[in-house]
Amino acid sequence: MTPTISVAGLSRRYRGHTALDNISLTVEPDTVTGLLGRNGAGKTTLLRIITGLEFPTDGEVTVFGAVPAENEAVLRRMVFVREEQSYPDFRVGTAIRVASWFYPYWSAELAEQLIADFELPLSRRIGRLSRGMRSAVGIVIGLAARAELTLFDEPYAGLDAVARQLFYDRLLTDYAEHPRTIVLSTHLVDEVANLLEHVVMLDHGRVALDAPTDEIRGTAMTVSGPATAVEEFVAGGPVWHRQAVASRASVVVPGPFDAAAQARARALHLSLEPLSLQQLLVHASGGAAQEKVCA
Amino acid sequence: MPSLDEGTPLFVQIAGQLADDIVDGQLTEGTRVPSTNELAAFYRINPATAAKGINMLVDEGVLEKRRGIGMFVADGAREQLLAARRKLFAEQYVGPMVAEANRLGIDNDTLVSLVKETSANNASANNGGKTR
Repeated sequence: MTPTISVAGLSRRYRGHTALDNISLTVEPDTVTGLLGRNGAGKTTLLRIITGLEFPTDGEVTVFGAVPAENEAVLRRMVFVREEQSYPDFRVGTAIRVASWFYPYWSAELAEQLIADFELPLSRRIGRLSRGMRSAVGIVIGLAARAELTLFDEPYAGLDAVARQLFYDRLLTDYAEHPRTIVLSTHLVDEVANLLEHVVMLDHGRVALDAPTDEIRGTAMTVSGPATAVEEFVAGGPVWHRQAVASRASVVVPGPFDAAAQARARALHLSLEPLSLQQLLVHASGGAAQEKVCA
Repeated sequence: MPSLDEGTPLFVQIAGQLADDIVDGQLTEGTRVPSTNELAAFYRINPATAAKGINMLVDEGVLEKRRGIGMFVADGAREQLLAARRKLFAEQYVGPMVAEANRLGIDNDTLVSLVKETSANNASANNGGKTR
């Protein structure tokens, strides 16, 4: 199958600053991909190039097999919901109606349900909405568009935990019934970890990690116990993080942990605690930096 | 919220929880199991992940697909799961228990009598519950 998004050797440089540095990746059709990374890692720049809002300095990006920039046929097949998106100062109802004209697979039914879910006041002007309400407008449009490619860039500014959970639940239910390609850029990794089939992590404009979520889970562990036993267990192997108090130590080590390694840990009376995806990403980027310092 | 842990792949956990329900008799042979989308919504996971869990049980012969209707618990599924789990019992439960007993200086005879005692207590507690 042709990938929905294909990025090859992409770089984006601004005067004196490299936002994206020779990255390559693909996004498969009908999957949910998490685009993760710290602020400034290049996530938004990548999404802006994918949606034709910005041009690459080098390399190529194709969406549905074609270059997206100034390509109406491609752009109509995608919806992009940005962080703190600005809208013309319409009333909420008008903004949503205008959006409905643009997207060929728009679901009025879903839009109505989401408007009720988020308790959006249809007659209020967008300029007078709270930050969270403005984010909710973006979420309504992004989901109701049912676009073949749906891109969310940190779409939840000002939304509380309950409203964010509502967003994830609605996204999941509608995606299950109407599969499409979804890219979710976020730094709230643990909130979305279970929704993602695939994870791409950017770090300083480069791809730090690009793997199916299933393969990442459980690969790294925190090993803790008596310091001497911990040292014996990790001897010679890579360690991402070390911590000690009195005679106890705790280290983070990348896996994989096969049955033999687990048995060895048990024999040494060590406890093994798997890292969450969020912790894993923190260590995967921080760990690389630490090794550089050592070298 | 149903609990899923961090270390094991999600689809393995989904398969494990369905298998638990079959072993416990919550899902009897011949009944329909929840669809991929129902599982996805319940556990708040990606539907592809739920599908992977179901397919794992289909490959093991625990579930069977009936075209156009859904997934069902296969005949003999419970016996098959019980047999597989009995095989793993020594490794998963007895091994760690013996290791901890050794660590605490509990000798084998004491360990065996502890097991018998606990088992007897559980049995009488269960009977007490039933007669009430």
